[in-house]
Amino acid sequence: MQIESEPQGQAPGVQEQGRATGRTYLVGLFYAVILTLASFWAASTNFIYAPGVPVLLAVLAIAQMGVHLVFFLHISSAPDQTNNFLALAFGTFVVGLVVFGSMIIMSNLNHAMMPMDELMRMQR
Amino acid sequence: MLGKLTWSAVPFDQPIIMITSGVIALVLFAILALVTVKGWWPYLWREWITSVDHKRIGVMYVLLALVMLVRGFADAIMMRSQLALAAGGAQGYLPPEHYDQIFSAHGTIMIFFVAMPIVIGLMNFAVPLQLGIRDVAFPVLNNVSFWLTAAGVLLVNLSLFVGEFARTGWLGYPPLSEIAYSPGVGVDYYLWSLQISGLGTLLSGINLTTTILKLRARGMGYMRMPVFCWTALASNLLIVAAFPVLTATFAMLLLDRYCGFHFFTNDAGGNPMMYINLIWIWGHPEVYILILPAFGVFSEVVATFAGKPLFGYRSMVMATMVICVLSFVVWLHHFFTMGAGANVNAFFGMMTMIIAVPTGVKVFNWLFTLYGGRIRFTVPVYWTLGFMVTFVIGGMTGVLMAIPPADFVLHNSLFLIAHFHNTAIGGVLFGAMAGYTYWFPKAFGFKLDERLGKAVFWCWFIGFYLAFMPLYVLGLLGATRRMQHYPDAHWQPLMLVALAGAVLILCGIGLTVVQLVHSIRTREQRRDRTGDPWNGRTLEWSIPSPPPAWNFAQLPRIESNDAYWAMKQGAHGVEPPAAHSHAPLHLPPSNPTGVLLAFFSVVLGFALIWHIWWMAIIGLLGAVAVGLVQAWRPDHEVVIPADQIAAFYGRQAAEEIAA
Repeated sequence: MQIESEPQGQAPGVQEQGRATGRTYLVGLFYAVILTLASFWAASTNFIYAPGVPVLLAVLAIAQMGVHLVFFLHISSAPDQTNNFLALAFGTFVVGLVVFGSMIIMSNLNHAMMPMDELMRMQR
Repeated sequence: MLGKLTWSAVPFDQPIIMITSGVIALVLFAILALVTVKGWWPYLWREWITSVDHKRIGVMYVLLALVMLVRGFADAIMMRSQLALAAGGAQGYLPPEHYDQIFSAHGTIMIFFVAMPIVIGLMNFAVPLQLGIRDVAFPVLNNVSFWLTAAGVLLVNLSLFVGEFARTGWLGYPPLSEIAYSPGVGVDYYLWSLQISGLGTLLSGINLTTTILKLRARGMGYMRMPVFCWTALASNLLIVAAFPVLTATFAMLLLDRYCGFHFFTNDAGGNPMMYINLIWIWGHPEVYILILPAFGVFSEVVATFAGKPLFGYRSMVMATMVICVLSFVVWLHHFFTMGAGANVNAFFGMMTMIIAVPTGVKVFNWLFTLYGGRIRFTVPVYWTLGFMVTFVIGGMTGVLMAIPPADFVLHNSLFLIAHFHNTAIGGVLFGAMAGYTYWFPKAFGFKLDERLGKAVFWCWFIGFYLAFMPLYVLGLLGATRRMQHYPDAHWQPLMLVALAGAVLILCGIGLTVVQLVHSIRTREQRRDRTGDPWNGRTLEWSIPSPPPAWNFAQLPRIESNDAYWAMKQGAHGVEPPAAHSHAPLHLPPSNPTGVLLAFFSVVLGFALIWHIWWMAIIGLLGAVAVGLVQAWRPDHEVVIPADQIAAFYGRQAAEEIAA
């Protein structure tokens, strides 16, 4: 089935300008491997301040997502990528809401209410 | 060998269930026997069950929803009659453990297996036609989505005869739904049927989103899309964003129940409140997933039957997309009483009031579209006007409950039940009925009976008010939801009125069947040869009814909103497709992947519910194998030769002249 679509946005993965070459994938793989190795190193090192380790891991994880989006899923801010970019923005918005909204709600709840295990202990 | 499954799972001692099972088994047997005797299996298999045609799949979705409406309504009228009896010291005829299953099944079925399939069915049918294209983006996936939904339906119905259903309410709140408090298979039936059908819904959402974003008629920019397509886009974006949350939440509850995890348990660091938080992150967008396409149907109906372009098209689009985003920031209003602080409650209360604004914009747009129009009072218009009155009342009681202090009084009361039925029936169901009547002639080539259609409307409309207005009063008097009996005999008269309303709605459902049967029997008089029975405005009315498998022989090029209306008004008029020479068309062939996947998912789900591990492995391997075969299938297409297309349009033109 052949259907002409409007110029705005091409199917993800379709690269008419030939941007996604083998070299792009290799560069992406290189970054991904570096970030993965860095995560393993960060988890087991004494080199940095211990409470900073989770922060570093979070930063590396977010960078890893960025590498995957740019090099493997070919998200960019080019004009023909509006759909993908908007979808990504919407997805980020929703994930942010779910994660941070839940954190705020649950911490507010725990602040207002006695923790469940203490309550159970009291009832015994 | 058979896990937890023994003969005691079949409730032989419960006459209500056994008689129901017997009747359903007889009806099913009769239908299967009829199909076999008449030799309809090859036709059904080729043209419907394995069809990848979006129109056929849409029709099957709607049919599935209508059948399940009967099941869900049977639960409803049992609840109403129980409460009409169980006043004072009386206990009614339904024992608590059975009553609990009935209200849980009613909610689950009505939302997941009536409202969802009917809305998805309408979108499936109408969106590609309105966009001027030949099918959805992934036709085989569309068939898979439908059959996964049907697999969920089968599992839910199986719970009636083999085992039990959840007694936890339609959202399965822990800790009640945890293994410690619900050791039976009821919650497992609930979880697995919704996991399987939820996967189907998610795939369907991805499919329709891609279709709307990627495949539109030439010249159809976003701002030229019919409003129904916009609402479908918003609804499917919400499906894609929200349903993974539901799946993940259920997966965590399943891990708790099957593997001894402690996500939502009371002890060992679990937190049941987190489940309530997560389930409503899905649950609130869900209500907009259902209502937005209904808004789209009403927009099409008012514009068509007022004979005017929709008032405020841009504001309608804006309102739809604002609702789409805001629906993600109001979920806490479902659990104001859970114990969060005043700041959190106040924020979500205000967001809830704000989301009423775009909905109000839409109501005014519909009113202004009707204003000054030459309105034809057809059945879809009846549903639309009934919706506008009813939904505004439902919306206002909703805004009332958005005030946290008021919610502390009304939470889990019958007032809440009345509120959400006011929006679900007055909004989603009225919208679905309007869409069903509006697009029926497009799907089958003849109109439904108008007089019976109006009778159906009045039964539902008056029945709704009789059934649910007393519930507002009872809620304010202190009656809670999910109660099996009540001590205060003064509530009984209002409960009797509510029962009368339910009986009237029963008449409405019965008349829907009568209308369908009568219209089919007299279809030759009601035949529509033009393809445009309502003097429509959008592209679906520019093609013959029922549309050919390829929808559009030439893909249309459009230059404005209300594309078909503009063509009819234009200097050249509408060019009949037969005037062109045709090129052969390539269509995807029918594909058994969906029905086979559904078969193995039912096997898998049933095995997991009853802990029959060898059978679960068979189901899982079968599903994977079907997926692999589909992935490596030879990529062939059905070619429809040019002369067959030309013959179709020639026949069409001859019939139009003869009529």
